Amino acid sequence: MIRDITIGQYYQTDSVLHRLDPRDKLAGTLIFIISLFVAKNVTSYAVATAFLIAVILLSKVPMSFILRGMKAVVIILLITVLFNLFLTPGITFVSFWKIRITYEGMKTAAYTAVRLTYLIIGSSLMTLTTTPNNLTDGLESLMKPLGVFRVPVHEIAMMMSIALRFIPILMEETDKIMKAQLSRGADFESGGLIKRSKALIPLLVPLFVSAFRRANDLAMAMEARCYHGGKGRTKMKPLVYRGSDYIAYAVIIMYFVLIVIAQRVGML
Amino acid sequence: MGIVEIDNIAYEYIRRDEEGNVEGIVRAIDGISLDIKKGEFISILGGNGSGKSTLAKQINAILYPCEGTVYVDGKDTSDEENIWDIRQSAGMVFQNPDNQIIGSVVEEDVGFGPENMGIPTPEIIERVNEALKTLRMYEYRKHSPNRLSGGQKQRVAIAGVVAMHPKCIIMDESTAMLDPIGRKEVIRAARALNDVEKVTIILITHYMEETIYSDRIVVMDKGRVAMTGTPKEIFSRVDELKKLRLSVPQSTALAYELKKRGVRLGEGILSGKELVTALCRSYATM
Repeated sequence: MIRDITIGQYYQTDSVLHRLDPRDKLAGTLIFIISLFVAKNVTSYAVATAFLIAVILLSKVPMSFILRGMKAVVIILLITVLFNLFLTPGITFVSFWKIRITYEGMKTAAYTAVRLTYLIIGSSLMTLTTTPNNLTDGLESLMKPLGVFRVPVHEIAMMMSIALRFIPILMEETDKIMKAQLSRGADFESGGLIKRSKALIPLLVPLFVSAFRRANDLAMAMEARCYHGGKGRTKMKPLVYRGSDYIAYAVIIMYFVLIVIAQRVGML
Repeated sequence: MGIVEIDNIAYEYIRRDEEGNVEGIVRAIDGISLDIKKGEFISILGGNGSGKSTLAKQINAILYPCEGTVYVDGKDTSDEENIWDIRQSAGMVFQNPDNQIIGSVVEEDVGFGPENMGIPTPEIIERVNEALKTLRMYEYRKHSPNRLSGGQKQRVAIAGVVAMHPKCIIMDESTAMLDPIGRKEVIRAARALNDVEKVTIILITHYMEETIYSDRIVVMDKGRVAMTGTPKEIFSRVDELKKLRLSVPQSTALAYELKKRGVRLGEGILSGKELVTALCRSYATM
């Protein structure tokens, strides 16, 4: 069941976007998200749409795969849209019983829906085209300036990559413990929400115990291999910008300028 | 002077209750002296709770002795300043293959040690490729460790240690969680490292069959050295081994029983092949 979630998943293929430096993609995603909040009219949204379509085509990730990731957030999307639709004050469009839909409400609902959808597609494109390792490397490198404020940047990145490494192992373990408990007569499926969450205790306790034991072992293994934090550490695969990475930066900046211009001169 | 010198050490685990009062003291190591020579293949045998793993952790400076001193490559392990040098020259491979692989790609994991040592990038790549080739895992360098078999994972872990160019590798029950095929793979790799690269191997195990190729066997019991000698010497003392709850290899056990019943066989038969030759010879002379 946990395996069905596609957000944060990596889609293996070879494309321009896949080869791009992770720092590029992280910064680009951030700029894209900001641009969605700058855009408030049809022209600027048209620019954003064109950009997003171009990026999707470049990524070579099939549309169906991207949309599958949307399924998980459809309910949140629906709730936001409905709230915006019914609760925005303004000139009445239709009203029946106690419910009133305004022109303003329709407009904000539509914009919010588009904004949220683009936001999710944009950020999932980043994770779909970047391996988790590359992503943590990129984050570490982009957050390095925070080290001045004593933020343990290297340690955070190391924790993230270890967490990623242990997800499949812990998932397998969960499966094993579940089967072991089922064979002893545990029941994970019947009953209401409370009964079912209570049934999870005999699953979670051994899982936590084993996770702590693994953490202990891993810490020892890391120390035995001379790990002593980020100080004086070198990288096997350091991130190096290439020509295409600078072009990508130029493109994303141009896109942002276009959005600002479209916002100023555009209609609606 | 040997690569590892253990001079009359003792180590105690202190068990405390919730308030921090001492509940009990377990003397895991009780006066051990051991001198390991460069290039030696030494096996440390012992049952559960014999203190063999505790001894291994002393050599890698994960634990410090309460009494006595451990020198690795001439450096005292209890000196804080030496600890990174010691961990570099005495690499350690642990029991559980899953809990010692840090990278999510094989080659990144092998590069972890050299990265920590601050080695420049081009040299790291060189060392990683070399280590993976030595352990015959080069073709798996881009794989995720999760998809490998137990023996392969353990070979990756060994490669991770080899990439740090250690003088000595301690294998702390590295075969305990593997199937027979995986165990064979790992032992073969350890022997190759010892033969070709002249790395000192300290193999800690409770499987007797794995120790027959070593230069020297140290049998431990209750934190002390119970026996020490070449495999032939050790395995000819079947009764003593049985008292320590250790089982000898099947061929050795069979030879021992046959001899008891009057078949004339030589001392210290270790493998099936040796037993066959000895039996043939004994029949020829009858």
